[in-house]
Amino acid sequence: MAPPTLQARSLSKRFGDRVALREVSFSLEHGDVLAVIGPNGAGKTTLLSLLAGAALPSAGEVIAPAGERIGWVPQQTALYSKLSVLENLRLFARLERVGDPDAAVALMLEQTGLRERASEQLGRLSGGNRQRVNIAIGLIAQPAVALLDEPSASLDPRQRARLWSFIVARAQAGTSIVFTTHDIAEAERYAARVLVLADGELLFSGSPADLRSHGSGDMESAFVAFLRERGH
Amino acid sequence: MTAIRWMLAKDLRILRRSPVLSGLLIVYPAAVAVLIGLALSRGPGLPRVAFLNEIPPSQSVLTLGSTRIDTTRYERQLFQAMVPVPVSTRAQALADVRDGSTLAALIIPSNLPHLLASADTSAYVEVIYNGDAINQSLVENALESKLAQANAQLAVQLEKVADGYIDLLLSGGRLNFLGLAFNVLGLRASATILDGVLAGLPRGSPLRAKLAPVASFAKIAVDNLGSSKQVIGAVGAPIVVHQQIISGHRTPLDDYAVAIAVTISLMFVCLLLASGMLAAEREEGTLERLRRGLISPSALLAEKALLAGVCAACVGFAMLVGIGIFVPLSWSRVGLWVLALAGGAFAFATLGVALGGLVRDVRAASLLALLVSFPLVFLALVPAGAVAVGLYDAIRVVSALFPFKAALEAVDAAVNRSSPSLWAALGHLALLVLGFGVLARVGLRR
Repeated sequence: MAPPTLQARSLSKRFGDRVALREVSFSLEHGDVLAVIGPNGAGKTTLLSLLAGAALPSAGEVIAPAGERIGWVPQQTALYSKLSVLENLRLFARLERVGDPDAAVALMLEQTGLRERASEQLGRLSGGNRQRVNIAIGLIAQPAVALLDEPSASLDPRQRARLWSFIVARAQAGTSIVFTTHDIAEAERYAARVLVLADGELLFSGSPADLRSHGSGDMESAFVAFLRERGH
Repeated sequence: MTAIRWMLAKDLRILRRSPVLSGLLIVYPAAVAVLIGLALSRGPGLPRVAFLNEIPPSQSVLTLGSTRIDTTRYERQLFQAMVPVPVSTRAQALADVRDGSTLAALIIPSNLPHLLASADTSAYVEVIYNGDAINQSLVENALESKLAQANAQLAVQLEKVADGYIDLLLSGGRLNFLGLAFNVLGLRASATILDGVLAGLPRGSPLRAKLAPVASFAKIAVDNLGSSKQVIGAVGAPIVVHQQIISGHRTPLDDYAVAIAVTISLMFVCLLLASGMLAAEREEGTLERLRRGLISPSALLAEKALLAGVCAACVGFAMLVGIGIFVPLSWSRVGLWVLALAGGAFAFATLGVALGGLVRDVRAASLLALLVSFPLVFLALVPAGAVAVGLYDAIRVVSALFPFKAALEAVDAAVNRSSPSLWAALGHLALLVLGFGVLARVGLRR
């Protein structure tokens, strides 16, 4: 059996007196698509930041096989607004030490449908297009694990469909995906496994069908019923 | 190093695409620096003062003994400290001061020659102010220094008059008084006559005993009255200043202003650029991406410090070259200029990244940079003796903890050969680079 591509062991994060994440543990296999859901302030973004190495845990550890790349798409677009789409992609491809930066940039432009807008300054793009560049940069190094923090939040339905077909294709190619979302239906549709966080605690880890069994209506009703059942 | 190279290229591209910001970053500090330099090197303009001379023209020349004192000469001396606005009456002088057309009024009363001649009471001039403290201070400072000079010169004239009387008393001669001329015998001649009379008297004569003390007094008076001239000279100018400069070379104010102007530019460009570029990474959200191992925190700080330091050193060097066209600077010391500019620039740049690491956006970084830089300039320029000793010691400590004073000393030493030496200042700056580098590293962890 292949080792997990990513493991979180008792991850905790404190900001002063406030506990943002409390002893969260789970593992991720090759090609897994994992949705992290929970109310606002549950610790979803903190969890992804810790997994991505953008923040250091107060306790616990993140284990990834040596040499595995982890791609990260933060919730807020983290790009240089004065640079063009092409310049942003090329810079991060170089900083990620991608073998052939130009080929990686061309592939990302193609896959995100941004080739026509490659020379435009990022600050002049719409929120949706900026988010596409944000995602492209997170995935430019062809990572074994992609961490996406609310990737579809600022996209229109057409762009959202395009994004998910892109992510699903990545998962089918063996990339493990972890994404956070407030759209419970989206979690049910695309994730094989769901983590439910509330107030920094991991309350649920299982399939969407298991979560749905906590209520009689749709997935969203089941999720709300589950939280209420657990005192949140 | 490769990551630093890519980040440098990226930052330069961003700066090139922000021409207004980049232009302001150069023009603003240069303008501030030039204004400060001009303010330091140029004295204030002369105050406008209403001037009324009540001495009739026929009495403007005062005769004391054989010495003629022209009071208009001292009038001209006072005019060097002000722009005189002649008025014909006291009422007009007062009106000018009241309506603000002049800062003050200077009135020379008609009895000035009489008071000078009589020596009963001190002669005086009247100065009228409008009650504005700043204006009063400005005029007071200007007039008092010139009055002191005039007093000193008048004392020399009066000393000559006194010397003439002493000479007359000692050696005799003609004394003119109220249009009449008298012959004065003088102490020396009196002593000689007395000695002759005494020599001609018989040994037992009772007159000999009576005249001997008079002859002795005349001899003592002749011997000692001559030295009274030196005493009068010493009273006329009791203390004179003999200047001596210790601790090496001191820079003339104009040249020092050049060093100040360049150092201020260096500081503004470095602090604004280094703190702003680092804060921009946080504002755009890219700092979190970069912190994931794309570039080490130390390398990122070094890249921002390098960018700001090189840009600021170039601006500083361009300023020196520009100033050098108008002010004579020693071009043979260009290598030392570069060293001093580089040392100062990197110390400021390290302080800049330490500030940039504390804030979340560019505007806050700029504000913080300005808040820090202005007090540093003022503190570094407080001269010893201008404040209480304890406070000055505290100011020295604060100035030593920030790069402005050390950078100013480095630039001043490189450009003007002042002391302390360039190497001491560069050593100080190197310590500050280390200190602020550690602080920046801690700040970036937030």
